[in-house]
Amino acid sequence: MTTSAFPFGRLIRLALLCLGAIVFLAPYVFMISTAGKAQSDIFTSSLSLVPEHFNYVQNFTKALSRVPMGRLLWNGVVVCGLIFFFQVLVAIPCAYAMAKLRFRAARMMMVLVMLGLLVPIHATALPLYVAFDRTSLLNSYAVLVAPFTISVFAIFMFLQFFRAMPDDLIHAARLDGMSELGIVARVIVPNAWPAVTAFAIFSVVAHWNDLYWPLVVISRQDFATPPLGLMYFRAAEAGDDYGALMAATLTITLPLVAVFLLAQKRFVEGITMTGLKG
Amino acid sequence: MASVTSMAMPGDPAAAHRLSEARIAWMLALPAIVLLFLFVLLPVVAVIILGFTDFELGYGTFRFVGLENYADLITDRTFRRSLWNTAVYTAIVAPVSICLGLAIAMLIESETAARSFFRTAYFLPVASLIVAMATVWQYMFHPTIGPLNGLLSLVGLSGPNWLGSSGTVLYSLSIIGVWQSVGFNMVLFLAGLTAIPRELYAAAEVDGARSAVDRFFLVTWPMLGPTTLFVITISITNAVKVFETVKTLTEGGPNKASEVLLFTIYQEGFVYLRVGYASAMTVVFLAILVVLMFLQYRLLDRRVHYT
Repeated sequence: MTTSAFPFGRLIRLALLCLGAIVFLAPYVFMISTAGKAQSDIFTSSLSLVPEHFNYVQNFTKALSRVPMGRLLWNGVVVCGLIFFFQVLVAIPCAYAMAKLRFRAARMMMVLVMLGLLVPIHATALPLYVAFDRTSLLNSYAVLVAPFTISVFAIFMFLQFFRAMPDDLIHAARLDGMSELGIVARVIVPNAWPAVTAFAIFSVVAHWNDLYWPLVVISRQDFATPPLGLMYFRAAEAGDDYGALMAATLTITLPLVAVFLLAQKRFVEGITMTGLKG
Repeated sequence: MASVTSMAMPGDPAAAHRLSEARIAWMLALPAIVLLFLFVLLPVVAVIILGFTDFELGYGTFRFVGLENYADLITDRTFRRSLWNTAVYTAIVAPVSICLGLAIAMLIESETAARSFFRTAYFLPVASLIVAMATVWQYMFHPTIGPLNGLLSLVGLSGPNWLGSSGTVLYSLSIIGVWQSVGFNMVLFLAGLTAIPRELYAAAEVDGARSAVDRFFLVTWPMLGPTTLFVITISITNAVKVFETVKTLTEGGPNKASEVLLFTIYQEGFVYLRVGYASAMTVVFLAILVVLMFLQYRLLDRRVHYT
């Protein structure tokens, strides 16, 4: 019975999946096609995907020269790198202490972590902005990184991971005369690698894409992150030169998409592991 | 005898060990605790307090005004509009992206060909810079040169001014919102689906669940309970937090038709610098998140079957 229904059902399934994929990929196709079109081309034949005259070089030259594209991407790398580094540095020891050491504050810490999961940057941005304004720290890498050095989500995730780790591993290390700090550095961290990579994916995607906080604290182009830089570019182009705009968009989208395509499996695993975020 | 004295002694090694263990634990957790207070708890307390003041950035003094800000919020038409728009946006994006995510996950799960291609295709928007992709959507939605209206005119329809008219702007933003979040939900559902033991389907078939629909409601749906719960909360909270597309594409316009909660807060707090008033709005925003969290634990939790 199932075999006779098989080809027809499968055909419908494949058709639906293909149709959906076309719809989902359409913006990328148009982005790539429009990035190569001249202004006149864009305003006449909007449905032809292949540019009439290949204008990629001109559009990319515009995109790269109107805003300091290299600088923007570099800022994105620096900010995401620093945020990730501090998040892991702070969260791993804390999660280890909560999972494997006995101390009274552990339960209170758990409550704090759960509360912290609830609070997005949008809720704390106002007082933080006032504080950074008072300390004249606006427009710096420090202000972009500082509020995210603590990630309760990282603590939560590492905590789950460490709880599943066998206690014997730690006991053995203690018997070998390792200090607790040594255990964290040489036993916990190497074993926490899957959790760290999964968290890295989550953290980098979140902060590479974040617009809210950079928009609030950065007003100079030197410290603009990619999303903010693209906002400046849009403003400078008055939003009408779609060829150059798409070239800029492509340049800024490409790094993360390329990383995603290369490390796809890890990426999806990471989102599955970290996706359980509220 | 020796053991008894050693237990009573203050220098008992076990107690001393516990003490040193606690001390080390504190040491390891201290940086996290300090930063948590500095960047999360303190600012939350500050935002609640600021909500009771008329603090404006750039002015030296401020005074406590009690509930005045909240009273103003109730009559503030922009704020009411932004609450309503956020609710409409959420009411569209969350259910549609959940249902589509589940449907796509089930299609991919039951299909053997090109699985990883489909997964990649649907997931790509999640990994893309939303500000950038919003720009692409702006082109797609362009009333005269946009491909969307170009396609519509092929079949003789004249498309709307998607982002430019107040009647359609919120729906257009919702389309982008759905496009962007389906892949995320799909991956979570895929993970949930692969975790369902195959024997359950065989057992259901033995019990007379012959059709795919029967099997879905007998096995798949209940077994996906915990996943669905997570997906629902994530989708709703993410939809409530919509900001990037609004800021990039519409600035709340036209005629405040796409004014959403976070955009209004941003505008009041960081453009007009009325920190006190914006703080009161933020408290409302936080309250919504708290209520959602509460609902997740109280209402939905009961209907979920854990394995």
